[in-house]
Amino acid sequence: MAWTRSKLTFGFESFNMATTIHLSPDDNIVVLAGSLKDGEVVRIGNATFGIKGGLGLGHKLACRPIHKGEKIFKYGVPIGSATKDIAAGEHVHLQNMKSDYLPTYTLEAEHQFKKTS
Amino acid sequence: MTPQTLENVWCRPDGRKGIRNTLVIAYLVECAHHVAREIQFHYREQGVHLIGFSGCYPNDYSFRMMTSLCTHPNVGGVLLLSLGCEGFNRHGLRDAIRASGRPCELLVIQQKGGTRSTIQAGRQQVEAILADMATQPRGTMPISELVVGTVCGGSDGTSGITANPGIGRAFDRLVKARATCIFEETGELIGCEQIMAARAVNSELAEVLNASVEKAARYYAVLGHGSFAPGNADGGLTTQEEKSMGAYSKSGSSPISGLIKPGDVPRSGGLYLLDVVPDGEPRFGFPNINDNAEIAELIACGSHVILFSTGRGSVVGSAISPVIKVCANPETYRNLAEDMDVDAGRILEERGTLDEVGDEIVDVVWAVARGQQTASESLGHQEFVLGYKSFEPIGPTCHPTYQ
Repeated sequence: MAWTRSKLTFGFESFNMATTIHLSPDDNIVVLAGSLKDGEVVRIGNATFGIKGGLGLGHKLACRPIHKGEKIFKYGVPIGSATKDIAAGEHVHLQNMKSDYLPTYTLEAEHQFKKTS
Repeated sequence: MTPQTLENVWCRPDGRKGIRNTLVIAYLVECAHHVAREIQFHYREQGVHLIGFSGCYPNDYSFRMMTSLCTHPNVGGVLLLSLGCEGFNRHGLRDAIRASGRPCELLVIQQKGGTRSTIQAGRQQVEAILADMATQPRGTMPISELVVGTVCGGSDGTSGITANPGIGRAFDRLVKARATCIFEETGELIGCEQIMAARAVNSELAEVLNASVEKAARYYAVLGHGSFAPGNADGGLTTQEEKSMGAYSKSGSSPISGLIKPGDVPRSGGLYLLDVVPDGEPRFGFPNINDNAEIAELIACGSHVILFSTGRGSVVGSAISPVIKVCANPETYRNLAEDMDVDAGRILEERGTLDEVGDEIVDVVWAVARGQQTASESLGHQEFVLGYKSFEPIGPTCHPTYQ
C-alpha cells in the first residue's frame, strides 16, 4: 500500500506529524491520521482547509471536488457514492455519501436509530 | 524467527495438540446456567472455563458446535450440566467427548436433588477431572498443526489501515510456515467478493467463495441491517463496503485454500474462509449477534488462538482459546492499554511500519502458544455466545487442497 503523507498545520504552528494518508493514487479522499480540534487546519496537497467542530482520526476528507453521484474511492476501490456535490477538503461521511449495497444505521443524539439511504 | 515446532504442548488421546489445558463446564440449557456458573466460578483461576447453549429446542448446528468445542485441542476435560428436560442431546454429546479420549462427566439437576447438591457434586467432579488432566502427556507440535483465527470488532477508520493489514502480514508469514489461518464473516466481505475470489486456488473454489458472499448479501438484505454498528460510523466508517475492504485486509495475500463452515477443521495448512452465514432462508435472526459468536465459531474450527483487531476498543476475550488484541487506533490504545496486546495504531504516528507490526503479531502468537497470557486472559475474560443456525455440509469443491 503506497501512502502519500501530507503534513498538518495546527493554526499557524507546524507540527512534525503526518496526519492525512492518501491510500491509493485513485482515491478521491484522504484519511485523517490524527484527530483535529475545532478550527484546526489540515493541508491536503498544496491547499489548506479549516475543520469546523473537529474530527477524529480515521475520518475521510475529499482531496478534490467530487460531483453528486460520483463513486467515492478508498484503497483504490469504490466504497459508495456521493449524494451531493462535495468540495475539496470537506468531511466525507453519512451526510454526503451512501452505500451502493446496504443502508447504514447510526445512533443519533436523541438515541433514535437513523437510516441513511 | 519462525520456529519449526512448539514444545510442551498438551497431547490429546485423539492425536490433536493444545496450547492450553482447559477444563470446560458446559450448560446445555439456560436453566442449568446458574448451577454451572456456581461450579465454575470456584475454579476460575485454575483454567476452568464456562460455555453453554441457552435454547431448549434442539438444533444440529449447536450440537455440532458444542461437540467441536468440547473436543477442542485446548480442552483436556469436560463437565456437562443438564436440567433434565431440555431438547439438547446430552448423552450424544457426552459419548462424543468420551470417544475423543477426554474425561467427561454429566450431571442432571433433576436427578441430582437440585441446585445445592448438584453444585456440590459438580465440584467433586471438577476436582477429579483436574487431577486426571494434570497427568495428560506433553509433547511437541509442528507449526503445521497450529490453527489461528482472526476476527475484527469495533472497527473504525483506522482498522483497515493498521491492525487489519498488520494481521494480513502476520497471516502471510504463518501460512508460509504451513500453519492454518482462518478469516471469516462473509457479511463483512460484501463489496470485495470478486477480488477475494480471484485468490482461490482453483476456479471452482472461486465460485464457491463468490456464492458465499452473495448469500450473505441476500441474508443481510432480508434482515435490513448490514454488519455495521453505530460506533463504526462514529469512528469514520461510512458504508458496509468501506468496512468490508478494511476487514478483508486481515486475510493477507496468500492463496485461499478452501471454504469451511462452523465446526469444520481444515485438514491441511493454508488460508481458509469461514462461512458464518446460515444456508437456506433466514430463520433464526442475525448470523452472529456479536463478536463472541464469531470467535466461538473460529474456535470450533480448531483455532488455538484468535487475532482480534479493534479500533473503537473491544475488551473481550473468550473461553477455550486465548484472544490477542491488536489495536488499530493509537488513541484507543492509550485509553485502553491494559486490554490490548499489540499497538498497531503506532503506524499512524510513524512509530512503526506495517511489516514491523506483522512481525510483532507473529511473535506474540509464538509467545502465547508457549503459554504467555494475553491481556484478556490475565483479566479473566472468558466470554462465550452460541445461538441457533442451520447449515448444509460443505462439498469437495470447498476444500480442493485436501484429497
